[in-house]
Amino acid sequence: MADFYIKSRLSMETFKPLSSSVVQKEFNMYIENLYRRNRRFAEEVKRLIHKYVDRLVKIHGRDYKVKFMNFCGTHEWTTVHYGIRSLLPENIELVAGPGCPVCVTPSFLIEHAIKLSFEDVRVYTFGDAFKLPTVKPVKGVRNLAEAKASGGNVAVVYSFLDALKDLYSYAKESIFLAIGFETTAPGYAIPLINHLIPKNMYFLSALRLTPPAAEYAIMEAKKRSMPSIDGIIAPGHVSAITGAKPWDELSRKLGMPAVISGFEPLDILLSILELLKMVLKGEVGVKIEYRRVVSWNGNVESLNAINIVFEVVDSPWRGIGFIDKSGLEIKNAYSNYDSFKIFSLNKPTRVSWHDDSFSGCKCTEVVLGLAKPTDCRFFLKGCNPSKPLGPCMVSSEGTCSIWARFGGYLNLKKLGD
Amino acid sequence: MSKITLAHGAGGKETANLLESMIFSRVENRLKKVKGGLGIDHPDDSALIPIEDGKFLVVSTDSYTVSPIFFPGGDIGKLAICGSINDVLVMGGLPIAMLDTIVVEEGFPMDMLKRIIDSMVEILTAENIALIGGDFKVMPRGHIDKIVISTTGIGVSENPIVDLNIQPGNRIIVSGCLGEHGATIMALQHGLNVDMLQSDVKPLTGLFKPLMKHFTNVVKAAGDPTRGGLSMLLNNWAKSSGNLIYVDESKIPLSDSVRKYSEMLGVDPLHLASEGVAILAVDGEAAEEVLEFVRNLGFDDAAIIGDVKKDESFQGLVIIRSEIGGLRVLEPPAGEIVPRIC
Repeated sequence: MADFYIKSRLSMETFKPLSSSVVQKEFNMYIENLYRRNRRFAEEVKRLIHKYVDRLVKIHGRDYKVKFMNFCGTHEWTTVHYGIRSLLPENIELVAGPGCPVCVTPSFLIEHAIKLSFEDVRVYTFGDAFKLPTVKPVKGVRNLAEAKASGGNVAVVYSFLDALKDLYSYAKESIFLAIGFETTAPGYAIPLINHLIPKNMYFLSALRLTPPAAEYAIMEAKKRSMPSIDGIIAPGHVSAITGAKPWDELSRKLGMPAVISGFEPLDILLSILELLKMVLKGEVGVKIEYRRVVSWNGNVESLNAINIVFEVVDSPWRGIGFIDKSGLEIKNAYSNYDSFKIFSLNKPTRVSWHDDSFSGCKCTEVVLGLAKPTDCRFFLKGCNPSKPLGPCMVSSEGTCSIWARFGGYLNLKKLGD
Repeated sequence: MSKITLAHGAGGKETANLLESMIFSRVENRLKKVKGGLGIDHPDDSALIPIEDGKFLVVSTDSYTVSPIFFPGGDIGKLAICGSINDVLVMGGLPIAMLDTIVVEEGFPMDMLKRIIDSMVEILTAENIALIGGDFKVMPRGHIDKIVISTTGIGVSENPIVDLNIQPGNRIIVSGCLGEHGATIMALQHGLNVDMLQSDVKPLTGLFKPLMKHFTNVVKAAGDPTRGGLSMLLNNWAKSSGNLIYVDESKIPLSDSVRKYSEMLGVDPLHLASEGVAILAVDGEAAEEVLEFVRNLGFDDAAIIGDVKKDESFQGLVIIRSEIGGLRVLEPPAGEIVPRIC
């Protein structure tokens, strides 16, 4: 098995540099067949995972539990959609941490966007944030979808480029609701530096950084004396930009292993296996499972662009409050593109910050991995994907939405074969 | 004030809830069916009305609003005729007659209307089905989007297939690759190039006529996975029969292009509509034989994809074994999946 794993790695290394479209297509198919449609490979990795857990149990006793946290909505999606939890021994708990950028976008940003949409500023948003609710109604509406239905100027786009295209024929002021983690930031920074953004588009930055939130979530569990996290499943696409380095630093700081994982089901299983090996050896530091995309230094060009345009600041997260050095704001040199400056929008400070979680809704705890969706009294009882209450059910990347859509709330291990 | 949303008409949970609260619960039980037949007491693909010699009249009605009205593989006319034919067939009926209602927007090009009606007549002729009545209306410009067609299919059955008969031990057979129609329409609506896609819209007569002749009591339930796809249909079966339906994802026939487009569009292919595929629940012991028979009829991609099981803890659910062997629940689609798919 190990041989097969190594062989697959080697053949991929030789495959990767070729990039004509035919080869790319074959490569994609190859990856899919290897990492997705591959029950035999999965069986083998599952066997090894059980073997390593058995070893840990031998050392620590029958009640031994090990807890790994992911920091990406897509990781949670893969975990639930492919039924990964049902393949693992009871001793392993996979927890979804802060990995949904829409879920953590503070209410005040949406309130600003709604207000502007009624002042005839066109608000471009991705579909996921279209129904993201505010904690209090603004002009009688609670999200951009309702704003649009009531005459607000809101446009849903599939990509940033769609918004730029739309602006060819739209001359009035517009804002782009820029929600996302490190992965999306270069997509805004690079066109900005290259003067490709029309003068009538301004950014409303809700960009957030993942490693600070990961640290916050893990420390919060400690603070509340909850069972500690034993390993980090680090986000592959974020790391494609940041490189492995920030996760290495975080891993050493927190004294727990981290593995940067891809998004196919086998990627996640292999990352869990790697984490178990590291736990067994008491190893810290980062390993890269997602070698086909992630490098140690990351995407240097993108990181430079982010540094030119954005400043790392202490930023508020919905329901959570301020996290040190966790957000990106537009630098003064580019203030002509900053909605906050152009429209003199208020920005909360640590002192003026008001909690923006819904009363009774456990989204904040769910985002931080301190609670499961099933711990919330509204989950599937008044809060479901067709009628979501909290942000974790609104966004398709939210843990509650993923659990509701694919039965993540059931322990299917009982069903067996 | 609550208002109708597109989700109410998407054929998912919202539609089911609306029909229950708005219509089914407001009709007296005795008026939900004709005596000795089947109606909205147990909503199925068609209604049954008993006639002489223990036979039944099989009646089904449907309206079609698909956008765009012309698409690779067919048009709204072909879809409207095939849809009602298939609803009668999956009930075990042989279609004999059709009625249609066409509502057109003022200003609609006459040659387009002719093309649409040509394809309706073409299917009716090929299938030897009489067009016995209908209605034609025009709405002022802007009061309707281009054209809406409604059809009512009428057939006769000696042995109706009623989905209520589904039992533990039955196996689930799919007659072909899923989601072709849904993926085509969705890709068109997103302005994507659809060279690799084509709607599968077609009458399923070639499947059901021989199947009903040779396997009369073997086929326990049948359906065509239109709106809401395989997921909606299996969930209806699981809920109405109180059983667990267990599906092996690696056995589900899907074309590479549907896989690719669904991934690109962020939809589950199991939620996408087919317009020329049948799902059967058959006697476990005869399943392999039925599969062989179906394949020999030219349905090369047909496959046994799962089983009906009795399970106290998971009754009423559809559980799917993923391609890596893990388990998840296949929930019925909710919200607006693809607007105006059929």
